[in-house]
Amino acid sequence: MSVFQGFRFRRVTSPIHSLDPRAKFVFVLALFVVAVLFSDLVPLLVLFFVPLPFVLAAGVRREWLRSLRGAVFLAVLIFVFNFVFGYLYKTSTTAVLLEFSFAMSLRFVVLVESFSVFFLTTSPDHLSLALEQSHVPYDFTFAFTTAVRFVPVLAEEAETIMDAQKARGLELERGNFLKRVRNYIPILIPLIVSAIRRSLELAEAMESRAWGASPKHTNLYVLKLRRGDFVILIFSVVLLVVGVYVRYFVSIPHLSTFLPPLPF
Amino acid sequence: MLVCVCNEAATESLAIIEVNGLTYTYPGGKKPSIRDVSLSIEKGEFVILTGPSGCGKTTLCRCFNGLIPHFYPGELKGDLTVAGLKVGDHQIFEMATRVGLVFQNPENQLFALSVEKDVAFGLENMGLPRDEMRERVDWALQMAGIEELRERAPHELSGGQQQRVAIASVLAMQPEVMVFDEPTSFLDPLGAQRIFEVINDLNKKLGITVVLVEHRLDLASRYANHVVIMDSGTIVLDGEPRKIFNSKEAWLIGVGIPKSVRLWHLLEENGLALGEAPVSSAEATQFLREVLKH
Amino acid sequence: MIEVKDVHFSYPTGVEALKGVSLSIGEGEFVAIMGQNGAGKTTLIKHFNGLLKPSKGEVLVDGVSTRDVSVAKLARTVGFVFQNPDHQLFSDTVYEEIAFGLRNFGFDAETVEKRVDWALNLLDLTEYAKTSPFLLSGGERKRVALASVLAWDPKVVILDEPTIGQDHRQKENLRQFIVQLNGQGKTVVVVTHDVEFVAECGPRVILMTGGEVIADGEAKKILTDTTLTLSASIVPPQITQIFLGLSDFGVPSDVIDVSEAKRILMDYLRGAGY
Repeated sequence: MSVFQGFRFRRVTSPIHSLDPRAKFVFVLALFVVAVLFSDLVPLLVLFFVPLPFVLAAGVRREWLRSLRGAVFLAVLIFVFNFVFGYLYKTSTTAVLLEFSFAMSLRFVVLVESFSVFFLTTSPDHLSLALEQSHVPYDFTFAFTTAVRFVPVLAEEAETIMDAQKARGLELERGNFLKRVRNYIPILIPLIVSAIRRSLELAEAMESRAWGASPKHTNLYVLKLRRGDFVILIFSVVLLVVGVYVRYFVSIPHLSTFLPPLPF
Repeated sequence: MLVCVCNEAATESLAIIEVNGLTYTYPGGKKPSIRDVSLSIEKGEFVILTGPSGCGKTTLCRCFNGLIPHFYPGELKGDLTVAGLKVGDHQIFEMATRVGLVFQNPENQLFALSVEKDVAFGLENMGLPRDEMRERVDWALQMAGIEELRERAPHELSGGQQQRVAIASVLAMQPEVMVFDEPTSFLDPLGAQRIFEVINDLNKKLGITVVLVEHRLDLASRYANHVVIMDSGTIVLDGEPRKIFNSKEAWLIGVGIPKSVRLWHLLEENGLALGEAPVSSAEATQFLREVLKH
Repeated sequence: MIEVKDVHFSYPTGVEALKGVSLSIGEGEFVAIMGQNGAGKTTLIKHFNGLLKPSKGEVLVDGVSTRDVSVAKLARTVGFVFQNPDHQLFSDTVYEEIAFGLRNFGFDAETVEKRVDWALNLLDLTEYAKTSPFLLSGGERKRVALASVLAWDPKVVILDEPTIGQDHRQKENLRQFIVQLNGQGKTVVVVTHDVEFVAECGPRVILMTGGEVIADGEAKKILTDTTLTLSASIVPPQITQIFLGLSDFGVPSDVIDVSEAKRILMDYLRGAGY
């Protein structure tokens, strides 16, 4: 659940928040591509620190750490899997294997981290605006923003429903696995029925506010690329170019060569 | 039984809503929700539409802006003209620029992540140019008294504030008629009062014809100049508030007539010969002072 | 029956909803907790059946602290009817819906049947026993929710805003029903902002604002005190408003009920030789 906390947008203004989401997305994509290019620890370590100044400038350090914490479990899993697999099939020396496994889990973390920074610093309506201006059909962007708008409402409703059923003697904590799953039916059904009712009311309201009146849908706001956005775009391109160059033309030493030989 | 106390001389050209023999059955419904409803509402009126639960008031409201028959298929018989448009012949989005509908649940009328964007929703759908949208949004926010809420997210607002956002977003489309279907159901009395004041401003300052469906007649009756009471799908009373609230029929139908009227009835039952009943507590005080002085 | 001892409560978001509330509700009492939206009324009643536990202070139900007992156990004594019945309804039939609580509390099949039939009868729902609750009207669904709570015969019945969305006649029926319930010895707690409803019932009123109790006593005394109603942001009953403007005639100002208003006015007029 904490992985999702890291992705939830919190209303804050910062220079990072005001950047065009499209520019930010290109940056995240560049980071993603470069991370996938490498299996070596050193460049991945560098990549890990690249988004940090953005995190600090945006003031979302706490949420960002929370998202990392959420990713730790899977990162450890990846580490263990790679190490055990490599060890059993004796693909290389233990020291190199350790470094490799660590690099793999770090790569996962870098991917999570870059997307987390994107979502933490982009408000949902900025995002939908970006989608709209990128010619994604309005129906989809509308469905997206409306869904995001109702997430806190549904969460609250789920809690109320749980309270209401607990107040009728429903025990959610007790019983074996099967019983516990069945105990969630009195929660799910009212939630689903309520969601259906809500959708109907929303549809009525939409129609009453001239939905479909014009095939050309205009927007109150418009996104314009500004200096800061161009800086990010150029930086992303540079990152990509440098990354490709290093990957294919520069040999990267293993960290383990700098360390004293390990006992095993 | 139809008791019509309306002015027979009202010419058709003044009527902004003209209903004639309207009957509607929901798809799969066993009997009509509204039966042979005929009604005439003049431009600029503040109409209160009331009646017991299930009497057909919500169904009638849905007819006014075209949700029936376009969104809710089913049999619709009779004639209905709103703001010059015959409802059956025009799509809902065409009607939306002439007649707006504000619903009961404030939460389920707000789509966007900021108040400003929500108020612009209808205008964006209409494809209006940005400058015009900006002007209309600013104006609507001001009329509804929510300018300071411009940047806020709907989830952060109270029920009353949300409802005012809904009103502003309908107002932005500049309709001639606004229909409110129990807009204060979820609000406390103070919140309800504020909403009625906003609605009254729209009616008195902007000349928008208002149709307000309400149970809380204690709070709303002082603003109306036309009252319509429905029961079991038909209109049973239609006319001036004072006469309607005073009538025995209104009491028998089970409508919550204002306490001041009820008090008047009780006093009359005890032999007092009083004049017309007051429709608001302020009026009641005034009238009683006259009575007690003598 | 229910004792609230200096309870403070803050939500995880940091909002302090209760700032030191102390009160006690005796068995068989009829209490209305009033105040505007956000005053802390719902937060307070959720402490009565353990849904919320105090951040500071204690809540005792029948002598037992709510911290020591599960919500399910407390619910056996304290029945809570939520504002929106649709947050509870999930069964195939009204019968099953009412049986749900009974089964949770471990009643045997025979007792369940008896109690469900009794509850159906009490709320006039016998004809709908085999109907799906989702097919019923709003008012009928409210009655099903109420029946499902009354079925297990809790000593205390809490109703959260029961008059919302109801028309005059439904409110009247509800009022009579609540008075009847109380007459049968049940402790009834109603949370409401509907002053007219309270004016017609005349219960003990606990007035809240900003997380604190600012008044506790007779409905008549509290609803006619303009300083109190102003600080709690509630609108006084219509009759009270009317009589406010008549104080210089020497008529009493603590009137909330229509019949009493009539009596007072008639007495005044007779006395004045009318």
